[in-house]
Amino acid sequence: MFRSTTSRRAIVALFAATAGLGLSSCGSDDKDTASSGSDTSSSAECKPATIAFFGPKTGDAANLGLNIVGGVKVAVDKFNAEHPDCKVTTKDFDSQGDPEKATPLAAQVINDKSIIGVVGPTFSGESDATGPAFAEAGLVTVSSSATNPDLTTNGWKTFHRILGNDATQSPAAAKYIKDNLKSKKAFVVDDASEYGKGIADGVAKDLGDLVVGTDTVQVKQTDFGPTVTKIKASGADALWYGGYYAEAGLLAKQLRAAGWKGYFVSGDGSNDPGFVEAAGKAAAKDARLTCPCGAATPEFTADYEKANPGKKPGTYSAEGFDAATILLDGIGEGKSTRSDLLDYVNAYDKPGLTKQLKFDDKGEVAEVVIYAFKVDDAGEIVLDTEIK
Amino acid sequence: MQFFFDHFFELTITGLALGSIYALVALGYTMVYGVLQLINFAHSEVFMYGTFSVVWVFYLFGAGADQSTGSLIGLLVASMIVAMVVSGGVALLLERVAYRPLLKKNSPKLVALISAIGASFALAEAMGLRDRIAGFLGLEGTLTKYVAGARDNRSLPTTITPDPLFKIGDYNVTTVDLLVIVMALLMMFALDRFVRRSRLGRGMRAVAQDPSSAALMGVNSTRVYQVTFLLGGLMAGVAATLYMIRIGTTRFDAGFILGVKAFTAAVLGGIGNLRGALVGGLVLGVAENWGSAIIGTEWKDVVAFVLLVVILLFRPTGLLGESLGKARA
Repeated sequence: MFRSTTSRRAIVALFAATAGLGLSSCGSDDKDTASSGSDTSSSAECKPATIAFFGPKTGDAANLGLNIVGGVKVAVDKFNAEHPDCKVTTKDFDSQGDPEKATPLAAQVINDKSIIGVVGPTFSGESDATGPAFAEAGLVTVSSSATNPDLTTNGWKTFHRILGNDATQSPAAAKYIKDNLKSKKAFVVDDASEYGKGIADGVAKDLGDLVVGTDTVQVKQTDFGPTVTKIKASGADALWYGGYYAEAGLLAKQLRAAGWKGYFVSGDGSNDPGFVEAAGKAAAKDARLTCPCGAATPEFTADYEKANPGKKPGTYSAEGFDAATILLDGIGEGKSTRSDLLDYVNAYDKPGLTKQLKFDDKGEVAEVVIYAFKVDDAGEIVLDTEIK
Repeated sequence: MQFFFDHFFELTITGLALGSIYALVALGYTMVYGVLQLINFAHSEVFMYGTFSVVWVFYLFGAGADQSTGSLIGLLVASMIVAMVVSGGVALLLERVAYRPLLKKNSPKLVALISAIGASFALAEAMGLRDRIAGFLGLEGTLTKYVAGARDNRSLPTTITPDPLFKIGDYNVTTVDLLVIVMALLMMFALDRFVRRSRLGRGMRAVAQDPSSAALMGVNSTRVYQVTFLLGGLMAGVAATLYMIRIGTTRFDAGFILGVKAFTAAVLGGIGNLRGALVGGLVLGVAENWGSAIIGTEWKDVVAFVLLVVILLFRPTGLLGESLGKARA
């Protein structure tokens, strides 16, 4: 199940704010999951180590980062319970999702010699900015959410991501619109952003003749009158929107208010409770959202709620768990230096929560799974199907 | 092009509804300019605080997803009053804090302009950091619902579904379209009457024409400035309510783009001219929609600004000319 509600979101956001107060001055925050004196009786194989989370914990994009932090915490708590002799500490580095802030922060991570692996960076922009530095330092990074296809073309040996990139999402989305929704006429809208246009162009290309019209809106636009008129006039029975949840929600709302009855389909940029918040439950109902992110299993949800009291797993929580698990497995098998752990991650091949975790030589995950979610009657985003 | 002709009425009417909101916000810019020859760039934030007041009133009354028509009307009336009070209050505060100290010292207009830009950032960020501010005051627990998601979109908890009323061409005019346009026109009319007929309105026009003579004639200029800001704020409060009925979602930086558009509308109609603001707003709203239909949605801002440049080339003072002081009264 993939459960999330606006009230959960409110709590998370509030938490982001309170957490932000504590760490705004130094940008990093030690989460004490281990007592420092536990290394006295360490076994020969496993040594206490530190891993870092790198991504937003405050700022506009804090929700996604906090989802990942929560997933990492589940994995670390589990590991520490199983390895009382070699506890792992996590250090969180709050980049606010901003590439400019990420660069100096990456230097901090690299200079902290206790850190041997990184979960993150969260976004493509900050990954792009910090990739060369991590590669030069030989510090392994496993991102649970950066999906820009170009990130793996730079020859960074340390970069890994455990989900399909944007280029893999558009064919799946097009397939879903064609095969699952049985659309005869589709309309494609993008928001002119790098992400939105890239993914919408891909979907339009794969839909081919089905596309009866396209339109481009702007990020932060709030009135979509002419676009709504165009979509209605085209007679489309499905709409693909390439962009983020804020505009997606408003567009869905205005389309329903104008009486359009087709399927509203969007990608991972809209897969957020904020979509339902902006659209309202009635207009968001039955919208379909594709995502390379997996749904949380009931067991994972239970573990997550135990590790993070009062919170539920969200988008990329399960990926955060998987990313941390890869690093922790390495530490558990006695990898205690950056280069050992990097080699270990490159050779990793185990089933994870979301998929088989194995990387190709560029750092892309070998198996890509794209899921479709839908908004149910209660306004929750729930798993619809795996797109095959 | 065929599309444009086929959907001419729909594009025009939705454009008029959008333009009505521009026009109401434009009034704030135009009045302050008319009286003080000063561009109040913080006016967009006056509007933004109004939109949040609407959301908060809905929260306060615990509105759910579905409300009966009667209770929805009650909520909207209450939130409009609160939004007018809040926006008017913020506008008065602006006048007191960001302008009056400068005007008293006869500082150059440019200084006041910078002060306005500063005030705009300060107000927007105060809203965007409201969770932290509540935290400092120790009110986080009590205000959770109001300060949550400070940097995210906040939406009305209630879905306002527009009902079709009657057809013009092949477009069903909805209750929301009609409400927005009629309400904006009513407000305009009332304001126009006030400025032209009332004692304070006469004072405003006198100060606009010649501040020192007006002072000699016994017009209390500080009072006039206050009233000018207050009226602009009240109109922004109405605009905020109509915006929330139409769009339903706001965030801490929602004022920025709308402010730019409203300011454009004010210049288009002739800054300093109340009726000009109305005409400018409506022309801009319709032009954006027509431009979107003819050239493409991504060009709508280009169309709007090309139109502005072209109009200013032929009528440098805007469609109706600059005049509040030189009012034909």
